[in-house]
Amino acid sequence: MKIHEYQGKELFRKYGVPTPNGLPCFTADEALEAARKLGGQVWVVKAQIHAGGRGRGGGVKVAKSLDEVRDKAKQMLGMQLVTHQTGAGGQKVRRLLVEEGADIAKELYIGMLVDRVTQRVALMASSEGGMDIEQVAARTPQKIHKIFIDPQAGLSQAEAQGVARKIGIPEASAKQAGDLLKALYRCFWETDASLAEINPLILTRGGRVVALDSKLNFDDNALFRHPEIVAMRDLDEEDPLEIEASKHDLNYISLDGAIGCMVNGAGLAMATMDTIKLFGGSPANFLDVGGGATAEKVAAAFKIMLSNRKVKAILVNIFGGIMKCDTIAAGVVAAARKVKLSVPLVVRMKGTNEDLGKKILKDSGLRIISAGSLGDAAKKAVATLRKKPKPKPGPKPRKKPAKKAVKKKLLNNKARAKKVVRRKKE
Amino acid sequence: MSILINRNTRVVTQGITGKTGMFHTQTSRAYANGRNCYVAGVNPNKAGENFEGIPIFGTVKEAREKAGVNTSVIYVPPRFAAEAIWEAVQAELELVICITEGIPVRDMVVLRDRMRKEKRRTLLVGPNCPGVITPDEIKIGIMPGHIHSKGRVGVVSRSGTLTYEAVGQLTELGIGQSTAVGIGGDPVNGLKHIDLMKLFNDDPDTDAVVMIGEIGGSDEEEAARWVKANMKKPVVGFIAGVTAPPGKRMGHAGAIISGGKGTAQEKLAVMAACGIKVTKNPSEMGRLLKSALR
Repeated sequence: MKIHEYQGKELFRKYGVPTPNGLPCFTADEALEAARKLGGQVWVVKAQIHAGGRGRGGGVKVAKSLDEVRDKAKQMLGMQLVTHQTGAGGQKVRRLLVEEGADIAKELYIGMLVDRVTQRVALMASSEGGMDIEQVAARTPQKIHKIFIDPQAGLSQAEAQGVARKIGIPEASAKQAGDLLKALYRCFWETDASLAEINPLILTRGGRVVALDSKLNFDDNALFRHPEIVAMRDLDEEDPLEIEASKHDLNYISLDGAIGCMVNGAGLAMATMDTIKLFGGSPANFLDVGGGATAEKVAAAFKIMLSNRKVKAILVNIFGGIMKCDTIAAGVVAAARKVKLSVPLVVRMKGTNEDLGKKILKDSGLRIISAGSLGDAAKKAVATLRKKPKPKPGPKPRKKPAKKAVKKKLLNNKARAKKVVRRKKE
Repeated sequence: MSILINRNTRVVTQGITGKTGMFHTQTSRAYANGRNCYVAGVNPNKAGENFEGIPIFGTVKEAREKAGVNTSVIYVPPRFAAEAIWEAVQAELELVICITEGIPVRDMVVLRDRMRKEKRRTLLVGPNCPGVITPDEIKIGIMPGHIHSKGRVGVVSRSGTLTYEAVGQLTELGIGQSTAVGIGGDPVNGLKHIDLMKLFNDDPDTDAVVMIGEIGGSDEEEAARWVKANMKKPVVGFIAGVTAPPGKRMGHAGAIISGGKGTAQEKLAVMAACGIKVTKNPSEMGRLLKSALR
């Protein structure tokens, strides 16, 4: 889970990581009021979105008068802020942080995350703050200093000060910088964070070390022990489809392609996406229905996939283990009827009760393209996009139920679907 | 032979009275030699009772002393799972297989640190994994037993159903497996690819290995370098997540490309450079292995 910069700074202050004084605002008037409260002559207005790279996108502005604060706030609120992390559409700015101006002598970088190799929290620090740290790591790896923290002992003052000195913090400020790093580690550890970044960490001309920015991500698996952090969740920053999916305990991520996929298991879901790509298509989403999918869950998954307008075909790939193919097949048939599926559907099923599952699909009367292997499924799904969707032997039932034998059943389905809608309305 | 587990393994189920634990103990016991292998369960509140004839003990230590178990499988809920692993480690079992998904990373960091500092010799597989199976001998975990067949190919993977996919392909081609191991999709876990490579390399009944990885971390690269320097047997591989965008967690807590590291392309390149035959098509894992056996 991610939180905003201002929320991260609130946590920082709670743990004793110094930050500039600042106040979150939702309107231009609030921004003006905040600047007044903060006092001083220079303020910084910062757009609060979950993506990084805000400065370059115009999401961080310095204001030298109260009027300017209000103007900048007005400009920023409601804008679509585009950064290298938001995608081309950008992210709408709904919240601001108004902060007192800082007196920067030097910009540094601090990051913390769980290192998989040492299985400890890694503290990374660099004298090259304020820049894209990935580029620093690629170009000048010697400028990034790393230490791995003993989980029992925690970060010691000696270790912390050692890091501070290595990134060029002067001796007079080393003790305070050490305290800051220790406080940051405590914050990271006690909140079950998965990532903490301060970029830039600044040295002021007065020799104080201050967190000018904050980025905190948390381990979703540990949120149950942190209701105060869950309360900071901002749903406006998340993909509505991903939110909907999480309500059904589905693991869904929107992507840019045209083929929606529903798979059981994260690894197989990724492999399915990769196979689609390999055969010239592109996946519209990642969707792991998990190990215990029910018919309701499958229906919800279909609804979510189809809410994405870019979806032009659906590929279902199930390797039945504990989850039986017939259960999934029944779910797929029910879902296809319920949502009046209008795009081609390719299904590949393997494993437990495979034959039963295939029979259910066949007997459903729905136009389902069956595939034997994962490669076959991907090929067939991609092929449906290449074909011009003509009304004749089209790969699926279109608006007008097409032909002969299927017709009756389709009509039945329609009637049933209407009933469902009616029932819902009631 | 095989690695990690065989017909002589004696298993205690931690969490045997939960819904998941009950179900998988039943199906695992019904597989091959399972009836002789599953000899104990643990639940401090139900000590003295039994689950379908399997005695339930108050602690893992007691199960070890009274039922002679050397291996544990864990199905307890995530918030108690790290403690459950620690209990099995303290009881000095040889192997702990933790199926539980969703354990907080911090709990695992603390646990792994304790295991290292106390120089504990218990091997840990998982968490968040399907388990381990030695076909026709014993199945410990949630994988479907019937897709496996006995043979001489080792399989190691971070994901569940993708392991089944590989195993299914092998079985269809008439290639049996010595042992298939799911090491789990969490960032902090027990045995890694490299550890399994070492075990398969030393196993006289394994002729070749399928290594399946996914985006995130650098375990596959590390294993590949070890393979290049030490492995006497052919290894083939696949990495899932070529299409995964950076910064997005693809289901598994460990499957995330961050800081430009852990991409599938990078892993595949390192593996290929280390002499591992790789494919970008997961439908071809079985055939690739077959070609490597010749």
